[in-house]
Amino acid sequence: MKKLVIGLFALLPTLSMAAGPSMPLQEANIDLTDQASLQRGAKLFMNYCLGCHQMQYQRYERTFRDIGIPTDIGQETLIFDGSKVGSHITNAMEKDDAAKWFGAAPPDLTLISRVKSPDYIYTYLKSFYKDESRPFGVNNIVFPSVGMPHVLQELQGLPNPVFEEVEEHGKTVKKVVAVETDGQGEMSVDEYDHAARDIANFLAYVGEPSRLDSESLGIKVIGFLFILFIFAFLLKKEYWRDVH
Amino acid sequence: MSNAPVDNSRRRFLTIATSVVGGVGAVGAAVPFIASWNPSERAKSAGAPVEVDISKLEPGQLIRVEWRGKPVWVISRTPEMLEQLKAHEDQLRDPQSDEPQQPGFAKNEFRSIKETIFVAVGICTHLGCSPSFLQGGFGEKVEGTDDGFFCPCHGSKFDMAGRVFQSVPAPLNLEIPPYYFIDDTTILVGAEQGEGVA
Amino acid sequence: MFGNIINWIDERIPMTRVWNMHIAQYPAPKNFNFWYFFGSLAMLVLVNQIVTGIWLTMNFVPSAEGAFASVEYIMRDVEYGWLLRYLHSTGASAFFVVVYLHMFRGMIYGSYQKPRELLWLFGMFIFLALMAEAFMGYLLPWGQMSFWGAQVIISLFGAIPVIGDDLTLWIRGDYVISGATLNRFFALHVIALPLVLVILVFLHIVALHEVGSNNPDGVEIKRKKGTVAEEDKPKFKFHEYYTNKKDIVDAIPFHPYYTVKDIVGVVGFLILFCYVVFFAPAMGGFFLEAPNFEAANPLKTPEHIFPVWYFTPFYAILRAIPDKLMGVIAMGASIVVLALLPWIDRGKVKSIRYRCGFHKLNIAQFVVTFVILGWVGATPQTDFKTILSQICTVTYFMFFVLLFFYSKNEKTKPLPERLTK
Repeated sequence: MKKLVIGLFALLPTLSMAAGPSMPLQEANIDLTDQASLQRGAKLFMNYCLGCHQMQYQRYERTFRDIGIPTDIGQETLIFDGSKVGSHITNAMEKDDAAKWFGAAPPDLTLISRVKSPDYIYTYLKSFYKDESRPFGVNNIVFPSVGMPHVLQELQGLPNPVFEEVEEHGKTVKKVVAVETDGQGEMSVDEYDHAARDIANFLAYVGEPSRLDSESLGIKVIGFLFILFIFAFLLKKEYWRDVH
Repeated sequence: MSNAPVDNSRRRFLTIATSVVGGVGAVGAAVPFIASWNPSERAKSAGAPVEVDISKLEPGQLIRVEWRGKPVWVISRTPEMLEQLKAHEDQLRDPQSDEPQQPGFAKNEFRSIKETIFVAVGICTHLGCSPSFLQGGFGEKVEGTDDGFFCPCHGSKFDMAGRVFQSVPAPLNLEIPPYYFIDDTTILVGAEQGEGVA
Repeated sequence: MFGNIINWIDERIPMTRVWNMHIAQYPAPKNFNFWYFFGSLAMLVLVNQIVTGIWLTMNFVPSAEGAFASVEYIMRDVEYGWLLRYLHSTGASAFFVVVYLHMFRGMIYGSYQKPRELLWLFGMFIFLALMAEAFMGYLLPWGQMSFWGAQVIISLFGAIPVIGDDLTLWIRGDYVISGATLNRFFALHVIALPLVLVILVFLHIVALHEVGSNNPDGVEIKRKKGTVAEEDKPKFKFHEYYTNKKDIVDAIPFHPYYTVKDIVGVVGFLILFCYVVFFAPAMGGFFLEAPNFEAANPLKTPEHIFPVWYFTPFYAILRAIPDKLMGVIAMGASIVVLALLPWIDRGKVKSIRYRCGFHKLNIAQFVVTFVILGWVGATPQTDFKTILSQICTVTYFMFFVLLFFYSKNEKTKPLPERLTK
């Protein structure tokens, strides 16, 4: 019977992989302990994303503290709208205006790493390609008909799509399977990958700022429970000597 | 507790050891529940230091600002008000400000950084009402002192340095918050110089 | 001094008597195994849910405008708020894990059989109250899954003929799930249902202590007065409430033997529980579903909506049937039929250890069915899975039908006279 229970638990992880996007995601290999990466990600976010996307549940001060930026330096270099350090990371864009400009208001990004995944963000940032038929002149492999411009264009350039003929529902269709740099960006392909990873890392941090605290506390708690378990187990053994 | 006729030191030791370790665990488990009652980031953010512009403050005028949800008074004291402070020292509970009701910088005759500018938390040290500023009308409460603060709740009286008079319910002088002058016309209430804005 | 205080209290409330009767001198069979941890663990999780729940209400804002933001406020701004929230969300799933295992224990050892029918029924009511509690609690974070999950489940009531539409309207208090629904669910979740749960748990234990615990052998430890020789009686002192009526064999006092044993179970459970809380609170999307990290949006349904894992076996039965009303009836029946087990099983032998091989097979297929239904209910529908869920719906009910027939004249193994180790 014990085996049965263990078997049931073993089934859980396989179940969780059931649903997923049709396009394979690239692995971002994020590292929440890499503060330099988080700081670069924060800088990229504040410069390129915050104009449209808010983090309405996350505060500057907490963010600076967690990713190792001194408060006064953070205030000078990363807060552009004169907000106090204690305030949420928001912008002044009106929701209704935004909906008019982009078709839908740009979503809040506080929790995007938990709604999607860091790997999704990483892949998404690397999957923009030139598409004149779209209002902003770009499209995205993992988010078809995306409603935003390629804001990192000055860094990456405007990649060209790579087409491939694939069988789909018995028909052969031309599909974008990869992107190819046009060499116009400030960054090399490698540098841009790192930048995308830094943003994914930062968004993963913001999605769950308690993650690292949680893991360091968790090790202590579980270690303590093992010690308690030993005592409890010996105590039980001792008493049960009475039972024949 | 065991009603079996076995008793040995090993059993006693393990019972005590398990209880002690379990007790430590219970105390540890209580920590998050207790700590969650501390001011949250939001409360701390709302309680951040407040800048007060005193460029338009007239002599004798009192302005109120809110800091951590409490009224903080900023008063420009006239020379006459400062003059009175010495006269009634024998009627005060704590004329030398010996009780720790002020940061070190305000433990002086005027309980302030600059003589004229008085900053205090406008909450009576008795039960938390906010006293009224009786400008020129304080004489009927304390003879010979024209200006002061009178608490409407239980009649406590304070002078223009926030010092409490004798024979009123309030036990302590008014609290002086940490503050400093950013420049001649701006005060930052809630932090001492050198602490930063955090 | 200490004795005087005890005496003073005992003269006013029956503290020592209750302690002895139900704990220190309560006769419990000596052969409880691993499966008998889950009752005390369910109690532990209940306490965890109540305490962390109380602490969450201190910062939660029960309104459509404020709920989602207040959860993030708890997760970010409140000191240790993330821990309180994860303890509560993980606790909800852990509650169902231990309750399902506890119920399964009852099934394999025949703990529902006479004289424990009422004990089983109280347990089923606890299960129902727990499902209602979990369902209403799931709406409170006001995420996309909260909103659309509740929308779907409440719409089930619309399948009821004649009054269905009015009933759903009444439950929601609005034309869609709205702040009104959130507020009433909040009131029920934090006050009404916990109160009902605690009362039912109390009655469950009262019923348990009246009839006494079953055990893995399914052989009663309480024998007719005068049938047990003096040397066969345990050397322990049991409360006269039990010994006056019956002779007792193979029993040990609950305290200290099962208290120290349950502590081992509790600590072992906490190690697993804390692992999830601290390292994988979302449990791969099973305990916290990804779409629920997006605030509720009445205009946009998530791509796939599923109930949380503990409802999925029943949800799969609902989806297996292509007719709305019949689906709802089948789902309801799948729960009701569990409550009727004491009367469906007509066997004379309780424990699976001594029942026929066919019974073992039947239970095994029931477990497989339940797991497959859970999986189908938690994943997007395909043609294959629809057929699979229909097969499993049949085998789910087949368990009970078969049991009803073969249990009447079942060929069983001989029962041991005394409990085996």
